[in-house]
Amino acid sequence: MTAQPILQVVDLKKHFPIRKGVLQRVAAKVHAVDGITFHVNAGETLGLVGESGCGKSTAGKTILKLIEPDSGTVRLMGERIDALSPREMWPYRRQLQVVFQDPYSSLSPRLTAGAIVAEPLENFGIAKGKEARERVAWLFEKVGLRAEQMAKYPYEFSGGQRQRLGIARALAVRPKLIVADEPVSALDVSVQAQVVNLLMDLQEEFGLSYLFVAHDLAVVEHISHRVAVMYLGKIVEIADKKSIFAAPKHPYTEALLSAAPLPDPTTKRKRIVLAGDVPSPVNPPSGCRFHTRCPYAIDRCKTEEPVLREAATGHQVACHLR
Amino acid sequence: MALTAVGPAPEAAIAGKRRPWWRRNMSIVLGGGLLFAALILALLAPYLGTVDPTALSPIRRFRPPSEAYWFGTDHLGRDVYSRVVYGARASLLVGVAVAALAVGAGLFFGLIAGFNRWIDAVLMRVMDGLMAIPAVLLAIALMALTKASLQNVIIAIAIAEVPRVTRLVRGVVLTLREQPFVEAAVASGTSTVKILYRHILPNTVAPLVVQATYIWASAIITEAILSFIGAGLPPSIPTWGNIIAEARAVFSVRPHLIAFPAVFLSVTVLAINLLGDGLRDALDPRLARRL
Repeated sequence: MTAQPILQVVDLKKHFPIRKGVLQRVAAKVHAVDGITFHVNAGETLGLVGESGCGKSTAGKTILKLIEPDSGTVRLMGERIDALSPREMWPYRRQLQVVFQDPYSSLSPRLTAGAIVAEPLENFGIAKGKEARERVAWLFEKVGLRAEQMAKYPYEFSGGQRQRLGIARALAVRPKLIVADEPVSALDVSVQAQVVNLLMDLQEEFGLSYLFVAHDLAVVEHISHRVAVMYLGKIVEIADKKSIFAAPKHPYTEALLSAAPLPDPTTKRKRIVLAGDVPSPVNPPSGCRFHTRCPYAIDRCKTEEPVLREAATGHQVACHLR
Repeated sequence: MALTAVGPAPEAAIAGKRRPWWRRNMSIVLGGGLLFAALILALLAPYLGTVDPTALSPIRRFRPPSEAYWFGTDHLGRDVYSRVVYGARASLLVGVAVAALAVGAGLFFGLIAGFNRWIDAVLMRVMDGLMAIPAVLLAIALMALTKASLQNVIIAIAIAEVPRVTRLVRGVVLTLREQPFVEAAVASGTSTVKILYRHILPNTVAPLVVQATYIWASAIITEAILSFIGAGLPPSIPTWGNIIAEARAVFSVRPHLIAFPAVFLSVTVLAINLLGDGLRDALDPRLARRL
């Protein structure tokens, strides 16, 4: 029996109602997250990839309880947090932190950098006054900022520096798990590498686990230990990094990987170009959600929904054909 | 050699771009200056060559403007200059008090509405209902229920202004609470109350200051309207509204009796609006769309 996972998510669902008319009747639902199951082990990074609109960010926010889940269970170190009230959730926030995508809107514009990073320390009564300032200075150094910069305001920092501030804030309470919601997508490529490497260094030093939400496959390949691929609110494939990048099993993963740019432009490979757009999550296709665009679809795919099953050791895939 | 003729020296170009702040904010300087003058007038009323504004003198009725009576005298022989100067006190006080009261109440309701969906649904329907009634009508109706006093006038006018402030604050709160920095605060374990005063409140200050000046201006006008129709302050307190009201009957023969208080009223309201416009532009150009 292996150690207990840090995060265990089972059949998590989040549907957003679309309300219409004077009485605000629910006319339809956006199936943003439609029953996903996965876990994150201690000290591990799980990359959660998918196209925009596939529900990967909603999944992250639901786990953080910034959005209430509709059903399913979320266990943080074995304890259920999915049904907790905000007050009951409060102690668990010390174990579970977040880094957002946009380094501009994720920092209060009217607070100093030092105050932003100190806020979680004050909230949990970890440190106050001088002690808090020393702790913040230490955190600044840890994320590659200088302690003198504590008195500056967010607008005085560059995008990469702001993201380092966001990481320092998340790190302040020494969490077990950080949900990183596209933490480098808004940064320049050269800065992306620095921030990703910083996250990896911090993981090693503090034994952090990451749920790393992203759409950039190169970044995910670099940072992740395992990768989960999402399509229209469902996880279609989960495996360790090596097997997913070397031998993807799901047709969607194949297409996604073939679309990622390669560093060497002379390399020839077969690109799988999918027909049409991603169907609307308001009325997702019957059966396998991918059947409308899948090059291998058979009749069974239109009627029967494939379950996520173990196709090889540690390699789960939701497809009738593989 | 040819290069020197290309254009102005770089320093000149930079200096031309960056005008001094008082040139860039002319409406603040102009509005603020005029308003400051009005405030001085109100504060120093007893020392500006005035006499008792309520002292009757039937034998000196309807004197034209002269050295002794700068703005002439009214139908009861009262000195119109003294009445106009003292009138500034009532008008400005009502304006400031209404603005403070409406902003305070609106901020309170707006923050609650922005953070609780159930209260929001009920509260905003009440506010919509209040907003459907014109401010002056609402104030008249409220004044009909109570006796004429300074407090009652202030409350009656303020009630009509509260919905607008509530809507403004609620809008700011709803926009801000979707911002990642508020979500990050929730995730960092910050309590709702602390989020309100630390992350939301500082961002409402700019739009509220601007809104407060507009309320100030409109409250002065509403007070004047109430006094004009006799539903405002008691006649013993001179206000620009009741000076105009009392001069109405003799308007065709003694137009100056209306002209003096009217000019003071217009200039004061104009000054406050100029100040508000200037503050809006200076504090946040994006506000122009929200207000």
